[in-house]
Formats: sequence, C-alpha cells, structure tokens
Amino acid sequence: MKKLAAFLGATAVVAAMSSAAYAARTDLVLGVVLEPPHLDPTAGAAAAIDEIVYANVFEGLTRIGQNGEVQPALAESWEISDDGKSYTFKLREGVTFHDGTSFEAEDVKFTLERAMADDSTNAQKVLFSAIESVEAVDPATLKVTLDHPQGSFLYNMGWGDAVVVAPETADGNKEKPVGTGPFKFENWAKGSSVTIVKNPDYWGEPVALDKAEFRFIPDAAAAIPALLSGDVHAFPMFPADAVTQVQGDPRFEVVIGATEGETILATNNGKEPFNDLKVRQAIAHALNRDEIIMGASNGFGVPIGSHFSPANEAYVDLTGTYPYDVEKAKALLAEAGYPDGFSGTLKLPPPAYARQGGEVVASQLREIGIDLEIVPVEWAQWLEQVFTNKDYDLTIVSHTEPNDINIYARDDYYFNYDNDAFDAVIEELDRVSDPDKRNELYAKAQRIIAEDAVNGFMFQLPKTGVWDAKLEGMWENMPIQANDLTGVRWAE
Amino acid sequence: MIPYLAKRLLTGLLTLLAASIIVFSVLEVLPGDPARIMLGMNASPEALAALRMEMGIDQPVLARYLDWVAGLATGDFGRSYTYSTPVIDLIAERVAVSLPLALLALALSTLIALPVGVYAASRRGTLSDTLTMGLAQVGVAIPNFWFAMLLVYVFAVGLRLVPAGGFPGWDQGILQGLAALLLPAVSLALPQAAILARVTRSAMLEVLGEDYIRTARAKGLPRRAVLWRHALRNALIPVLTIMGLQFAFLLAGTIIIENVFYLPGLGRLVFQAISQRDLIVVEGVVMLLVATVIAVNMLVDVCYAIADPRLRTAR
Repeated sequence: MKKLAAFLGATAVVAAMSSAAYAARTDLVLGVVLEPPHLDPTAGAAAAIDEIVYANVFEGLTRIGQNGEVQPALAESWEISDDGKSYTFKLREGVTFHDGTSFEAEDVKFTLERAMADDSTNAQKVLFSAIESVEAVDPATLKVTLDHPQGSFLYNMGWGDAVVVAPETADGNKEKPVGTGPFKFENWAKGSSVTIVKNPDYWGEPVALDKAEFRFIPDAAAAIPALLSGDVHAFPMFPADAVTQVQGDPRFEVVIGATEGETILATNNGKEPFNDLKVRQAIAHALNRDEIIMGASNGFGVPIGSHFSPANEAYVDLTGTYPYDVEKAKALLAEAGYPDGFSGTLKLPPPAYARQGGEVVASQLREIGIDLEIVPVEWAQWLEQVFTNKDYDLTIVSHTEPNDINIYARDDYYFNYDNDAFDAVIEELDRVSDPDKRNELYAKAQRIIAEDAVNGFMFQLPKTGVWDAKLEGMWENMPIQANDLTGVRWAE
Repeated sequence: MIPYLAKRLLTGLLTLLAASIIVFSVLEVLPGDPARIMLGMNASPEALAALRMEMGIDQPVLARYLDWVAGLATGDFGRSYTYSTPVIDLIAERVAVSLPLALLALALSTLIALPVGVYAASRRGTLSDTLTMGLAQVGVAIPNFWFAMLLVYVFAVGLRLVPAGGFPGWDQGILQGLAALLLPAVSLALPQAAILARVTRSAMLEVLGEDYIRTARAKGLPRRAVLWRHALRNALIPVLTIMGLQFAFLLAGTIIIENVFYLPGLGRLVFQAISQRDLIVVEGVVMLLVATVIAVNMLVDVCYAIADPRLRTAR
C-alpha cells in the first residue's frame, strides 16, 4: 500500500513537471546584424534603432501595420477638417510612460515641436515640415494644423522618427528609452545585446513574451552556428547566402518576404555620358535582373522596373519598359555616339547585395562595351563621396525608406535628376488625400522615372527571415524598419 | 635599476605624445562626416548642423586636439559621438572582456608551448621532435578563425557543451563568463602556442650547446634539473619577448575572433567606431593600446632582469 502511494505521488510529481515543461516558453532571443548607435529613434537614421524599439518600446499617434497600412496607436481616432488642413486626434486615456508618468496631449505637442525645432536632430525632419501648429485642446485631444493639406500626414506620424516621447525623459532616451509600448527597456550590454521585458501596465493587449533579447551578430558565418546551436531563436534578416543551409531543416521556418528596399544601380544623371537618355536606356536594356538577383542575394528578391515596392497597392509592374536585350542596348549606345562603349567607375558600399551584385552588373555592362572599374567604399566614404559630393558615375544601393519615390523630385539629390513633370506629380501627391487619386498619381510617377531610366532599377531587397518553427507571429514583410514583437508567441 | 626605469618611463611618455599627434592627424584626414552617418540620407542640412554642434565637431582642428590631449592627461577620454556616453566607460566595458580573454589565451598558450618546446629541444633530431615541430608548423599555418569555426561546430552545435558565441556579462556568474570565453581563448591560444613552442625550442637548443650545461651534467645534476632550472631560465629572454608581443596582439588584434564569437571586445569597438566615424572612441582606444604596449614592454624588461640577474646591474 505504501508502495502504491509512493508510486502515485511520484506520478503526480512527474505529471506536474511535464505540464510545466509543456507550457509555452516566454523568452525570445533574436539575432540582428547591426548594433544601434543609440536607442532614440527620433535622433538618428540607423535602421538598427527602429528594429529594436519601434512598436515594442515606443509608439506614435499612428503606427504602420504588417502590410504597410496605417493603424491607430496612441491616437484612438481622428477627424480631418474639410480643407484637409486640420487634424483632431482623440488620444487614448489611461496610458502611462514606462517611468509611471501619464501620457497626455501635452506630451505629443512636446514631441512634435521638439522634432520641428531649429536645433532638432531628427533624421526625417521633412516628415513634420507641413505642420504649422500643434495645440493640446485637453489632455485627451490634440489638434494639429497643417499649412497645406498633406495626403501622407497620418502615414508620416507612424514612422519611428515620430514616436511620442515624454519631456521628462526625452534627453535620456538614447541610453535608456522610455516610451509607452508593450515592452520596457531593461538592459543594453554594449556590443552584445539589448534586452526588453514585458510592460505589465500596458494600455492595450498584453504581449505573450516576458522577455526578448536582441543579440548583435555581425558575421554571417557566426549566424548559422548561433541558430543551429539554439542560442538564437530567430533572425529577422538572415544572411541570404546562408539561407539554403537551413532551408530543408524542419526545426526552422524560412520566410522570404519583402522590404521597402529598392535596390538600384544609381546613376549620375548630371554627368556625361549618363546625362544622355539613350545611354541610360542602353544600360537598362543591358541589365539581366534574374542574373543580378541570383548573384546579389542568392536568387531571393522581386525584380522591379521603377522605384516602388511590389508590396504596395499602387505598384505598377514596369519591368518590361526596357527588357533585357543586348543588341538593342548596343544599338542605343551607338546612336548616342559611343559605338565602342566607354569606361567609368562603379562605387560599391559594403552590403553583400552591392558588392556581389556589382560584379554581375559590371560583367553585364561589359557585354555592351561599358568598362567599369569597381571601387569598393565603406559607408562613411559612400555617404561623403557619392551621396553628398555626387562624385560618382554608377553605384549600387538599396533605398530602404518606405514610399520614397519623392526623392526623385528633390533638388540637388545625388541622382542629379531633374524633371518638372515629375516634380509636379509629387507636388500634387503631397496635397491629395483621396486614396484612388493617390494611387493614380503614384502610377504616373513610377512610369516617368521608369521611362527616363533615371537609374538601373534592379530588385526589391528581400527580407530573408529564419526562425524556430514553433515561433508564431513574426513579421513576414518589412513595410517599415521594425521587428514588431507584439504578436509574437511560442506555440504550446 | 631605478634610473633605468625612470628613463624608460620618460621615453614611454614621449612615445605616447607622438602617438597622440599621429593618431589624431591620421583620423582627421579620413573622409566621412559622423553627423551624416548618424542622420542618414534624408537628413536636412539644419539637423546636420545642429548635430555637428552637439558633437562639438564644428570646432577648429587645433582646438579639438588640445582639448582632447588636455582631457587625456586628466583621465577624461571625452564623450562618444554615437553612443553619447563617456569613452572611458565604453572602453572599461570592453576591457572586461578583452583582458580576461587575452590573459586566458596567453596562459593557455604558455602552458602548452613551454613544455612542448623544452621537450622537443631535449629530444632534438628524434622522431618525436620532428613530429611535435611538424604539428607546431601546422598550428602556425592554420588560420585561427577557421579553427574557431571548427571548434564551434564541434563543441557548440554538435555537443552543445558551450554557447556558440556571445558574452552573457560577468554579472551572470564567473562560470558562465568563462564558458563563453573558453572556445575563443583556445582558438586564439593554439596558433600562439605553436609560435611560442618553436621559439622556445630554438632558444633552448642554443643554450643546451653552452659549456655550463655540460658542466652541470658532468657534476651529476639530473637531466630534468638541468633542463628546467638551468637551461630554460637562460633561454627565457627571447621567449619573454615573444610573449610580450603576443599579449599586445591578443589584447588588440582579436577582431576576427571577436566577430566569429560575436564577443563585445575592444577590437569590435574600434571596428564599429571606425565605420561610424566615432573618431573620439577610435582615438581613445588606440591611445590605450599604445600605452599598454609601452607598459608591457617595460614589464618584459623587468622580467628580463628577474630572469637574468646579470641585467640587474649591467645598466
């Protein structure tokens, strides 16, 4: 009898233990390539900042969802005046910052005015350029007046650069970010990792994870063993070259999604011979996108024919504008006065898509007689020589900001492209908020730069996600630079 | 000894000053604007100007140099452009990883190299000498990052005995910290040990040919005593020199191993700071390394004196 009791007791213990073992785990380790310089998304352009704090630690008036759509966040709802110039936001009540202070309209006013101020170091100051004044009507109502209607205003407020910060803690956000999000910042071990933990006082639906650690693993060769050994559970952006090594492994899920990164052969339109449309058309005809995608990102990535994301509803497939045709390319080059081709330079920044894709592009252009000298540069040099001083012929770069076709309308941008018809379309886009009309204008804009062959339009940079097969809710696409963990959980 | 040390100290200080000028001016001509790197391609000119002012890089070169050197003299390394924290804190965090790693690797390499070198020298010309030195030659030739990957696949992915990389921090426990440093230390130590073993062997061979060794043996001292007490001690000078150089390398030159194991060490700090043009961090770390090399050299000199009493009075 005693034996039986002992046996039953032991079974009970084992049962209790195994049920504990089967409860879903609540910790997560993510591998990310770059360490952010600091953690304040309102004071730096580094994508690595948003990839940790956006939607997790910080929230804005609106937020960008998984498919790039604008969703309410700290603003529960809003009304837009008939002239499109005044936005009245109804703010969520009962929201507190992680330091315990309450969130009110004054905080949003402070945030926006700080970003617009003369001494502001906001990397996307242009997002706020239409704002004329901000008024906190009462703690839960905010009124923003624009000096002209702006179709993209609600979208702009969803950027990481527009998240709401508290006046008391804004200056310390670089080191210790304090937001309103479902996760609180816990620790930053410099050079190693950033850890965030669940915010028990979150206003919205609580997150399933108790703790998430972003571990910095810069080396592609180190990413594979980190995943295989189980040290790291998820890589939102796994090195494209390494994906095939884990693709057949049932322990992992490989999800190829889209980013907002248009990868282009950027061309100096202001410099001979690239100022000649025929030369640019010849280059466009000489590029074989499939081959480039194979070389640059292991075959992952969607071909593009203009500067626009295929994931966007306003996307128009223009890859057929100048199809791959070497003979035609040669003929165009001869027409332009270069029957024997010419030589130039191709400056390549460090990412693999540029360095590896550049080799393919150079060999394709050599087919039509354009002899390119490949010049590898680091980012700092690229920003200075190519971007700021426009001292380049051709370069390869991925433009990762969402919806950034308007850069082609900028004066003095590094493409040196100038087209009044295009500028007019962008100007109209800035004022129109009707979705159908906007899509039409976006289509028009895509066509103009595609036909002008401003740059060699190559492919949309893929988001090669790899994670534990039991993990649910990771984002497939990257419509904005973020690793939103609010819906992530372990399957039981 | 004391005047000798004082003279070395003065030379060291002058070297530091020269290094500060060289480091500062080399980094000054490096292209790239730290503000532009922070704010990226969409930044407005006003935001860039505001940030440059915040960072203090809108000041003239000479003013910045004098400011920096004056700060160094008082132990103030300045404030990082990107992290906006004091440089000295950043360095301290990294030294807490790099220094134990370097010491661990040095200890491992010495523990392997000295016995192997002495053994090979004492068995000169035999098969075991040829074999051990052949192995050492392989050790010199193997790239340490490749060896490191091999270790990771065997011990972390296959056997799951140690983590594949990363560093949990010493606050998580000494053992966890050491476990994280074990594979990196081994992969750093092995090639160093191979070099050190070869140096030890040749230094020993030279000493073993001396008359006093024969005398020691002739007066009946056991072979082992002659080898370890008389020969090795006299062979130590070149060995110490190499160890000093290796230590400096282990502290600063481990960037590749730090990348393979994604360890937050000094090498990665410098690498990251250079690519982000966080020049004040680069300058601070380089100065620290220069100072370390000078200090290690002095320490090696002192060790010479301990190893060889003749050097204590000769100068």
